[in-house]
Amino acid sequence: MDRRLLARQLSAIENGEMQVDYVEGDVIAITGPPGVGKSCILDAILQRLTPEKKIAVLAVDPTSPLSGGALLGDRIRLSVLDDKMKSDSIYFRSVATRSSSGSIPSIVRDLASHLIDNSFDLIFIETVGAGQSEMRCAAIANRIVVVEGPARGDGIQAEKAGLLELADLIVVNKSDLEGSDKVVNDLTISLGLTTDPPPIIKTSTVNGEGLEELANLIPNLEVRNSSKRARHRQQLVMAHESILTQNPQFEAILDRMSEEGLALEDALRELSE
Amino acid sequence: MSGRQRIVIAKPGLDGHDRGAKVVARALRDGGHEVIYTGLRRTPQQIVRTIMDEDARFVGLSSLSGAHSHLFPKICELLRESGLNDVVVFGGGIIPTEDRPPLYASGVRAIFGPGTPSDEILRFVNQASTMDCGVGSDSSWHWGE
Repeated sequence: MDRRLLARQLSAIENGEMQVDYVEGDVIAITGPPGVGKSCILDAILQRLTPEKKIAVLAVDPTSPLSGGALLGDRIRLSVLDDKMKSDSIYFRSVATRSSSGSIPSIVRDLASHLIDNSFDLIFIETVGAGQSEMRCAAIANRIVVVEGPARGDGIQAEKAGLLELADLIVVNKSDLEGSDKVVNDLTISLGLTTDPPPIIKTSTVNGEGLEELANLIPNLEVRNSSKRARHRQQLVMAHESILTQNPQFEAILDRMSEEGLALEDALRELSE
Repeated sequence: MSGRQRIVIAKPGLDGHDRGAKVVARALRDGGHEVIYTGLRRTPQQIVRTIMDEDARFVGLSSLSGAHSHLFPKICELLRESGLNDVVVFGGGIIPTEDRPPLYASGVRAIFGPGTPSDEILRFVNQASTMDCGVGSDSSWHWGE
């Protein structure tokens, strides 16, 4: 693998200088609230699946809405990158959200396609720390792993609609901390009412609980049928949004809204012309 | 933003002091750049791999341990060996004045000591991004010359 060429091509795609066709492949999103352990879980998975599998990671961090800059720090957690035996079969790339809204920019779909085209067996997308209604990752990944943790609210949180309904696997991390059993119970009861509940697995990157099981589950994870329609909905919404934000008039109209008081209705009319 | 650069901020060697590196990373972020922070105690090989995979155009090396005269030239050399000739290298931390000429000669284009206004680092990045001053270029230019 020519890592340098690959890195430059991915930049070109990100900057809109290179077009790629959609390629079907194994793309798994790791999502969940901030600080719940997404990066550490990913590290544990990579430790166990490489070097046998060739794996690429696209780790998304937010762009500042004020300066347009970003601090991309997901790399720090991946100790697997320090292992010489394994790091050659991993390509890790930090991605800033740039002008898109949501936990994954639409360009990630193109980046993932290009990586699949470069014969990676598996692509992981680590999203920005995501809230309950953040389901954009469904538009890009064909399977979704939701990471949860203890002490994140009472049982009602598990009953709420949203991201959890789209999960193909739920990981309750930090099982070494108090309260994780209760989270597993709440989720099991809540999701048990659906027709095809996703597996729930308890892990700890401190004492290693559940990590082997998790790594065994990941490559053969089944797609749940009930989430298909939701995925297509997200794909439509994402495609529509990228048409909007890629409109050459977008920034100019945004300026006129904030500086000249251009009304939202008029802005929308101009953008759709 | 047209001037947005991808910049790796790295802590090479056995050195646990990262306040300065984090302040610089933050200033570059606020200046509209995409900053990848490596975390502490990286080897030159790990830093070069990060620069390559992340397709960074700049790397900022922070050292307060006294090992800069060994580590900075080593990273410059590895960058050239890897064909990353257009990467611009700058450094910061506790770098005595008499140590600086050999670092410039090895390919480092700027050294920022304590008290440097963050605005100066942004001006360096903006200027260097318009010049042919990557680690593999023949240029002998350095910031503040």
